[in-house]
Amino acid sequence: MANSSVKPNYFRAATVGLWEENPTFRLLIGMCPPLAVTTAVQPALTMGLSVIFVLVCSNVAISLMRNLLKPHLRIIMFTLSIATFVTICDLYLKAFQPLMSEILGAYIPLIIVNCIIIFRAEVCASKNNMAFSFLDAIGTGVGFTIALCILAGIREILASGSIFGMHIMPKQFVPWAAMQMPVGAFVTLGLLLGLSAFLTRKK
Amino acid sequence: MDRVTALVMGFLSVVIVNNFVFTKFLGTCPYLGVSGRLDTAFGMGMAVTFVTALSGILTWMIDAWILIPLHLEITRYICYIIIIAGAVQLVEMYVRKFFPSLYKSFGIFLPLISTNCVILGLCLFLDVWETNNLAEAAVLSTGTGFGFAVAICIMAGIRENLVLSDVPESFKGAPITLITAGLLTLAFLGFSGMIK
Repeated sequence: MANSSVKPNYFRAATVGLWEENPTFRLLIGMCPPLAVTTAVQPALTMGLSVIFVLVCSNVAISLMRNLLKPHLRIIMFTLSIATFVTICDLYLKAFQPLMSEILGAYIPLIIVNCIIIFRAEVCASKNNMAFSFLDAIGTGVGFTIALCILAGIREILASGSIFGMHIMPKQFVPWAAMQMPVGAFVTLGLLLGLSAFLTRKK
Repeated sequence: MDRVTALVMGFLSVVIVNNFVFTKFLGTCPYLGVSGRLDTAFGMGMAVTFVTALSGILTWMIDAWILIPLHLEITRYICYIIIIAGAVQLVEMYVRKFFPSLYKSFGIFLPLISTNCVILGLCLFLDVWETNNLAEAAVLSTGTGFGFAVAICIMAGIRENLVLSDVPESFKGAPITLITAGLLTLAFLGFSGMIK
């Protein structure tokens, strides 16, 4: 991070969110969606794309108004701009993806209070120019979506033997009902975090 | 009498059977982040209970008496978030004035209550549950906050003992906490279906 304060490193901004500062696996922020919407891959992917949309729009908007922000009012400005983009996203899903909107339910409006978005607004968008914040938002958002899809993939395969609704497991496979329940979410994520800590330690 | 029974049942339901942390994964961030010590967890639980009760009642009133009659549902999320931020500000000033030591031990987590999903989640679920009178809204919001306090206190109690146990190196910290949380949800699953 040392050289980014001297000269903004655009390549690094776009890639740091993928693994090194992956919100779910490394920073452990914004933990509600990875646990709540990962019973199947399709809702997880919809959730990931919605978060990318909101993150990109709010990062760009906040970066454009960063010189106007007053320190004591900045958090409320962040939340209000995020709430606006979440409303847009929610209305879009209700109109064009009614099934997904029904499955995700209250978790779409809950993007407003997702720590990832307010965290990127605070540490990146309120200090850097528009292009840099844009790339940063894309990187973080994609990293988050990948994490969601990995978790949802594991849970969907083990819970129903299928992925995207297609059967892939052999007939003898007995579905693990527990994977569909809250306990499956917590334990899978715990094991994945343990695995990622194990792999990083070896390096 | 029937109404009182319904309210008591509603309260028990959101505290135990439909606990937000265990069944809807809301408020997982503070649940994993602030549950290291029992006294901080208890303080956090009480602060969240207060904010949830206050903002649940306020948002229900604004939603039912202002937004729906004027057909302004589209601004719902923005109104909710302003009310929650205001309620958190109130609690912050109160705690700083009357409990300075508690204020210090919360640090950054106190202003972050406004981004706690339990609170916004409850305000949204009051719509989903079709709450149609103020008493119900008040009982459900207090119960939800209380349920969060119960969950975080149980977790803190377990984690205080977890420190002393022999956990594999790569599972120290967050991974073992998540697995513990998973086992806790499994235990609370035993209550499911008892009350609707």
